[in-house]
Amino acid sequence: MSLEHFTGDFPIVVEGLKTAFGDHVIHEGLDLSVRRGEILGVVGGSGTGKSVLMRAIIGLQPAADGRIEVLGEEIAGDHADDDIDIRARWGVLFQGGALFSTLTVAENIEVPLKEFYPEISPTLRREIARYKVMLSGLPDDAADKYPSELSGGMKKRAGLARALAMDPELLFLDEPTAGLDPIGAAAFDQLTRELQDTLGHTVFLITHDLDTLHEICDRVAVIADKRVIAVGTIPELLALDHPWIQQYFNGPRGRAAQDAQARVRAGTKAMDKPGGRGA
Amino acid sequence: MREWAEFSIAEGEGGARGVVLSGPLVVASIGRLDAQLRGIEGPFTHIDLSGVGEVDTVGAWTVWRFARDSGADIVGASDKARRLIAAVHRSELEEESTAGAAALSPEGMAALTGKFVIAYGQGVKHFLAFLGELIVALATLVRHPSRMRWTSVVRQFDLVGIRALPIIGLMSFLVGIVIAQQGAVQLEQFGAEIYTINLTGRLSFRELGVLMTAIMVAGRSGSSFAAQIGTMKLTEEIDAMRTIGVSPMEALVVPRVLASTFMLMVLGFYAAILSIIGGAFISMYSLEIPFWTFLSRIQEVVPNHDMWVGLIKGPVFGLIIALAGCYQGMRVEGNSEAVGIRTTVAVVQAIFAVIVLDAFFAVFFTEVGWG
Repeated sequence: MSLEHFTGDFPIVVEGLKTAFGDHVIHEGLDLSVRRGEILGVVGGSGTGKSVLMRAIIGLQPAADGRIEVLGEEIAGDHADDDIDIRARWGVLFQGGALFSTLTVAENIEVPLKEFYPEISPTLRREIARYKVMLSGLPDDAADKYPSELSGGMKKRAGLARALAMDPELLFLDEPTAGLDPIGAAAFDQLTRELQDTLGHTVFLITHDLDTLHEICDRVAVIADKRVIAVGTIPELLALDHPWIQQYFNGPRGRAAQDAQARVRAGTKAMDKPGGRGA
Repeated sequence: MREWAEFSIAEGEGGARGVVLSGPLVVASIGRLDAQLRGIEGPFTHIDLSGVGEVDTVGAWTVWRFARDSGADIVGASDKARRLIAAVHRSELEEESTAGAAALSPEGMAALTGKFVIAYGQGVKHFLAFLGELIVALATLVRHPSRMRWTSVVRQFDLVGIRALPIIGLMSFLVGIVIAQQGAVQLEQFGAEIYTINLTGRLSFRELGVLMTAIMVAGRSGSSFAAQIGTMKLTEEIDAMRTIGVSPMEALVVPRVLASTFMLMVLGFYAAILSIIGGAFISMYSLEIPFWTFLSRIQEVVPNHDMWVGLIKGPVFGLIIALAGCYQGMRVEGNSEAVGIRTTVAVVQAIFAVIVLDAFFAVFFTEVGWG
């Protein structure tokens, strides 16, 4: 089992990916490189295959063609069990949380630890589960609750705690803020950013949430026409003249998110200069 | 090969006693070190991290926990290590709450017994409430027949009855063969093998046809009632129905109860017929009674009331199976495990109740002169 962390520049490299369900082609000739230590937002209309791309990268969806390299190792979708080493080094938060419903939150977090490192004593495992619960912003007593006793937002946090159980180098988040109220969503964004700052992992984030994109993503990849049509910061994307991108970021909701972002920036600047407003 | 995190103890001047850690402090390498650190006796003045490689939060936690418990200072930590230690430290836990199973003390036993009794009492109450709701739903449907969901009823008739025909037919045929063959072996000893026909005919109509069918339907349909309704409960479909104004009783339970009640009567009769055919079939070979002679003899030796016994028991058993399945399905709460438990309970309860009732029926029908 590899103990060395990945030191290359691109922990995820996708080249010429083609995925299809029967005759229905989802991606064709899709290229994408994710930089180490960044938060990459992935956007695209409904049905453009954002989740399918994530599933292909983590080996759940066999690729019809092309190459996927994660942490320097080739992913073979058809022999998913061979990638067991790699699996210990990434964490995935599925859209619905996908917590094991018969286990408590703490037990959910312990599952990957038990699976990969059986030599860790039950005491330490329990302690790990408890500080992960705290790190993911859940109250202490949530550790012994069952998923059915948690609210939607808490389930997402619990799912994040399980995704973080192994201190992964790569974190996949599938629409983490969908279904959360604006306050909860903002808090989750903040948490994602803070954890990334502290732990230094690379984040692959699928989202529809424009605020999330503006707030925490270093770069944004846009999927349309079965491939990634552009990757870059939001200003870079806006400079492109693609109709879908313009509509996406300059639609009424996109504008609102940009304005909010501008207000936040202005506010921070005002605070940086003491007495700035009075002078 | 895996590299493990190691430690050594450094004795310094002035009573300073430190722990020097080396190797990677990550989740993959920490298992042994943690166990060893928990084993050694303090106190220590410092923990030296200058020789460690990679660090992650598990490593940070181990270091921090050891520092807390032994009162040592952390020295030589890299930037990343310090940041991670701060992160896990921020989430310092209050005293570890010992959430575990309550020990099996006498009080614990008493509490468990009490809980069990209360749960049992509540179960009875819930079941009565369920029955009441069902009766109300049936009464409503009698008053407003237009609200009856015929599509659903027909579908359940198909699922419970028609699709069970092959398996119940085959099972009954084989049961008939076994009764006739085994009966013939015993009766032959008295030279009374001709009574094999009475045995097969009466037993099939009165008991085995309907009883075996009930067991089969409980396993096939009772379980599917519980699992399906239970899953719908979990996915909030039942709540969605209620909010739309659809009564789950009318939409889900009544069609299943009707289908199971009616179909078990029909299936029981069908099973009896197939069982007799099985008996006639084997008698051709082992007793050399011609097939058609066997069947016409059945008409002479099986009294009409034997058929009625089967036809009366069938619907009662069907009702019990449907009630157990639907009731347990409606009681599902929480998680997927509950669906499994409730389904098992539904089948076990249904089969048990059917057999107990069958014993009552046996005595009852004999007492009223249908022996």
